[in-house]
Formats: sequence, structure tokens, C-alpha cells
Amino acid sequence: MSYFSTLAPAYAEIFLLVMACIILIVDLFVADRQKSATYLLVQLTLVGLALITVYTYQPGIAHLFKNMFVDDLMSDVLKMLSYISVSMILVYSRSYLLARGLFTGEFMVLTLFALLGMMVMISASHFLSMYIGLELMSLSLYAMVALQRDSAVATEAAMKYFILGALASGLLLYGMSMLYGATGTLDVNAVAAAIKHGVANPNLLVFGLVFVVAGLAFKLGAVPFHMWVPDVYQGAPTSVVMLIGSATKLAAFAFVMRLLVDGLQQLMIHWSGMLVILAVLSMAVGNISAIAQTNFKRMLAYSSIAHMGFFLLGVLSGGIDGYGASMFYIVIYALMSLGAFGMITMLSREGYEADTLDAFKGLNQRSPWLAFMMLLLMFSMAGVPPTAGFYAKFSVLEAIINTGHIEIAIIAVLFSLIGAYYYLRIVKLMYFDAPESHEPIRIQPDSGLLISFNGLAVLALGIMPGWLMTVCAMAVQKSLLLH
Amino acid sequence: MNLETLMFYLLSALTVFAALRVITSRNPVHAALFLVLAFFSTAGIWMLLEAEFLALTLVLVYVGAVMVLFLFVVMMLDINLERLRVGFWKWFPFAAILAVVLLVEMVMVLGSSSTAGTNVNVAKHAADYSNTKELGRLIYTEYIYAFELAAVLLLVAIIAAIALTLRQRSGTKHQVQGDQIQVRSKDRVRIVSMPSVARPDTRK
Repeated sequence: MSYFSTLAPAYAEIFLLVMACIILIVDLFVADRQKSATYLLVQLTLVGLALITVYTYQPGIAHLFKNMFVDDLMSDVLKMLSYISVSMILVYSRSYLLARGLFTGEFMVLTLFALLGMMVMISASHFLSMYIGLELMSLSLYAMVALQRDSAVATEAAMKYFILGALASGLLLYGMSMLYGATGTLDVNAVAAAIKHGVANPNLLVFGLVFVVAGLAFKLGAVPFHMWVPDVYQGAPTSVVMLIGSATKLAAFAFVMRLLVDGLQQLMIHWSGMLVILAVLSMAVGNISAIAQTNFKRMLAYSSIAHMGFFLLGVLSGGIDGYGASMFYIVIYALMSLGAFGMITMLSREGYEADTLDAFKGLNQRSPWLAFMMLLLMFSMAGVPPTAGFYAKFSVLEAIINTGHIEIAIIAVLFSLIGAYYYLRIVKLMYFDAPESHEPIRIQPDSGLLISFNGLAVLALGIMPGWLMTVCAMAVQKSLLLH
Repeated sequence: MNLETLMFYLLSALTVFAALRVITSRNPVHAALFLVLAFFSTAGIWMLLEAEFLALTLVLVYVGAVMVLFLFVVMMLDINLERLRVGFWKWFPFAAILAVVLLVEMVMVLGSSSTAGTNVNVAKHAADYSNTKELGRLIYTEYIYAFELAAVLLLVAIIAAIALTLRQRSGTKHQVQGDQIQVRSKDRVRIVSMPSVARPDTRK
């Protein structure tokens, strides 16, 4: 077997890197302002990635590059979902970005590099590759937020994102260095083994764990490390927020799983306590602050904080059920947030950003189909049956009740009820208020088709959640070494 | 306490002092120079750890290249520190309390008897051991994946820097090399034949 064929599990990453470099060069020769050739090439790359991931599938857990890289079912599933969401983001945001002069080759190449960072994070089983993947993703995102150079809000958002992101990376690195000091290794599985055999100093481990959890909470945007989320969501171009709000959450899920479950499973008694505080505070602050918002993007930012709280509940309940439920939750959340931000890009036009709540007034009169899709998405975010959001919340609650934390489940349900108010307010605005403008909504055929698919998928997954739930549970079961 | 331990504490104290002065000094140029001092003393600590190559690289790259650029930027910008510090003293008590609590906690955890005794005595290397050779070997074998990804990270930084700073404004004056090469002498110099009529003498 040649060396090249031993790299099979990493073919997707290698292909993406090569294609991103090729696209970077090809783009120089694309004179067209619409960048159709570059766009097509990026979409073809994503299709190619999906094919490679399918063809290099192997049932076991494969380690590569001295255990720095791991390929298992969970990584394959999450990578496939990341390709799909990046592809959807590009379809949604094409006309939005063209109208703002942001649809450049750099935007697409940075998107691909952010995707590469996510893939590295998803497949990382070593503190070093985890950190580099995270930085690769974050660095691309900082630049993409700042890409709208002439907008003061976007620049401010990029600055806040960059500084707080750097602080979070510092916390994470400090925690990792403490874990390294205690265990003497950076390999996640070796860390787990060292803890299990009692080689590591428990005090030092918990000390490192605190910083690692704080760093993770920063990246996820959980309270009290959430201050950057609303400003970044409001200030950044909607297409970039879509990326931050969907695909990066999938990568963050893998990151949490590899670090806390694969590596620090033995310390669960410590980290689950920390996650309870983060989760409850996130649900409280997220849901209550969202009520007061008049900017739709800001409202979705607080909603994402609340959703991250709910997601953490699944993680802290542990076991195949808990991790499977939280994976299902994050996948559904990514789908919903793609749709909600996609809706903003579709209602926006040149010189007008549909990011206020008023933009949704009377949407039913202007476009009944779009209003119906938005209704499905908002119902799903609120957790109204029979949409997928309901089932996602249900499975997390089931997992947490099975661990005996009924009081946390009650708190979660109460805050979800409060949260339902601001989602249903959008529905009320769309159906019962008079529209503020009668400007016709011009929908591109591709994004129109995609939003229909997006809305109906949320409904279909709510009616038939079984198969996706099975995939999530299987991915978790086959990939995590639960001790 | 042997000489090595003494050196360690000396250099550590110097690093902490320099780092403190970086954020407290009023003059940004002084702050940048204190950062240079912090790098130097950190390089000394690395030297004690027998990481000679890294220590030299730190001095060469950070002190030699990065900090010089940094100083250029600091000297070129007109930074009004008073405006930057508005609201500093208002929030200072909260920050100070938080920092002290954090510091006390860290000292209590790391200084407690249960954490002590975890120091492992690392065997000293022989005199002919090459730190540089070992690093080179590890980077291209065991850490090739991280090494390649770090290269990608730098590529992203280049792309981001260019995308964020390159502006194509209309009406700017710039050279077009193609036109410069193709230019011919007769495009530049026009020889005009003038009738040779004697000027009336005006010098009188």
C-alpha cells in the first residue's frame, strides 16, 4: 500500500485545500462581475467533497497522522452536513452579496477555508489539530465579518469578534496547557487513558478544565461569555452570520464531543456541573433579552444563545441518548437558522436590509408562500409540534429527565415558553399586520426553491424524525469511546 | 537553590514586570519596548529549558522583525491615550476585584500541597544533542499535519490582509508596466521645425 492510499480518510481535506488554492488563482482570471465561473467551481468542489466522503467511508474508527486526525461515522455525518449548509449559504446569499458588491472571489475562498477549518475541528483527536482547526475557521470568519469595509457597524462587529475570539483562544490554550501539564500528552485518547489510570494530578486537571470549558462557552456563545454574539450577528453581513450560525455550530458540537467526552469523560462530574450553570443562564438571558429586540438579526442572536443553552443540556445529560439528542438538536438548529437568515437575504434588496421586525409586517399579503415557510421556521424555533424543533427539544428533555434532573427540565420548558412569545410575534406580524411597503419581492428561482426545501424539511423532519435521530445516535455510539 | 533555579526566578520576575509595564506605561513606544524586554526574558527561560533554537527564533523573529514593524506603526499613529482611557478608572475596581479573586484561586490550587510534587525530573541531554535537528525531524514526521495546517493558516492570513486592505479606487495615479515597455521615443519627443526668423534684439 502506497503512502498516498493510507491518506484515504483525509482525501476530503486534501481535495478541499487543493481546490481552494486553484479557485484562488482561477478567480484572478474571471472578469465577469457576477463571478459565475468561480461560484460554479465552488459548488462543484462541495459536490466533489460529498462524493469523496461517501466513497472513502469505512465503518471503523481510523486514526491518521500520529493520532492527530480521526475518521469515524460522526465526523463523516457532520462533514456531509457542513458541505450541505455551506452550499445552501452560497445559494441564499448570492444575490444578496452581489447587490452589496461583496460577492468576490475572496469571499468564496475564505468560505472554503472556513469549511476546511471546520473539517479539521470535526476530525481532530489531538489538542494541536483541534486548536489549529479552530483558529483556521475563526480567522476566516473574522475576515469575512470585516469584508464590508465601508460599514462602521460591520467593522465594529469584526473588531469585537476578533478581540473576544482571541481572548477565548487564550483561555482554551491555557486550559489545554494545564491538561498537558497534568497528563503529559496532547493526544485526546492518551489524555483519557492517563486520567483513567490516575497518573494525572486531579487538582491540575480540574483547573485546566475550568479554562477549557470557559473557552468553549465563548466559542459557543453561552452566557456569561455571550457578549459578542448580538453585536456580531447584527453587524456582520447576513451571509456571514448564516455561516457563523449554522455550519460552525456543527463543528463546535464535534469539538465539545472530542474534548469533553472523548478526552475528559472521567471528569464528567466536574464539567456537567459547569454546563448546568452555562445552560440555565443561557436559556434565561437568551430568551428574556430576545423579547426586547426590534432588530431581527439581534433577536436571532439572543435566540441562538438560548438554543446553545438547550444544546448544552443534552451534552450534560450524557450517554448515547444525551449526546445523540444534542447532535440532533444542533443539526435541526443549523437547518432552522439557515432558513431564518436565508429569509432575510431574500427580503433584502439593493440598499435595503430586511433586518428589522417591521420588514416582516404583512408578509402574507406580499408573498403567501414565503410567509408560510417563515411560519414553519418560527414554529420550529419555538418548538411547536409537528415541526422538527419540537422533536429536538423533546429528545433533549427526555435525555435530561432520564438522568433524574427533573428541575432542570422544568426550567428549560419554562424558558422555552417565554421564548415562544418572540417567535410567534413574527408570525403575528406576518399574518395580522398591514405591510409597510408594497415593493414586490423578487425571488431568484434557486433561492426560492431552496427556502421551500428548507421550510418543508423542517416540517418533514418533525413528522418523521426517526431516521435522523437514528443516524445521530448511531454516529455517537460508533464514534465515541464511552468509558 | 542552584544557579539554574535562581536564573529561572530572575527571568520570570523580569517577564512579569515587563508584561505589567506593557499595559501600564503611558507612552506607547515605551510599552512596545517593554514588550521587547518580555520577549527577551522569555527567550532566556526557553534557553533554560534547553530549547535553544526556539529561544533564538523568538529573538530573531519577534524582536528583530515583528517588534520593529510594531514600533513603526506605533510611531506613525497619533494615539491619544487619554481618549483611550476614558472609563478606565470607572471599571477599574470591578476588574481589580475579579483579577485578585482569580489570582488567589489560582495560587491556592496550583500552590496547594496536592498539586506540588507533580514535577517530573526530565533527564538532561548530552552536550552533542541538537535541539534544531530534533525539531526539524519532528515537524516533518510526527507533526506534519499540524505543520501543513499552520501553513494554511498563514495563507488565510495573507488572503484576509489583502482582501481587507486592497482598494481599487478610480482616479489614482499608478504605473502600467505594459504601456511603459511599449512606449517609443517618438511618442515622447515631438520635434517641431520652426521657421528660423531672427528675433528682434531686445537686450539693448
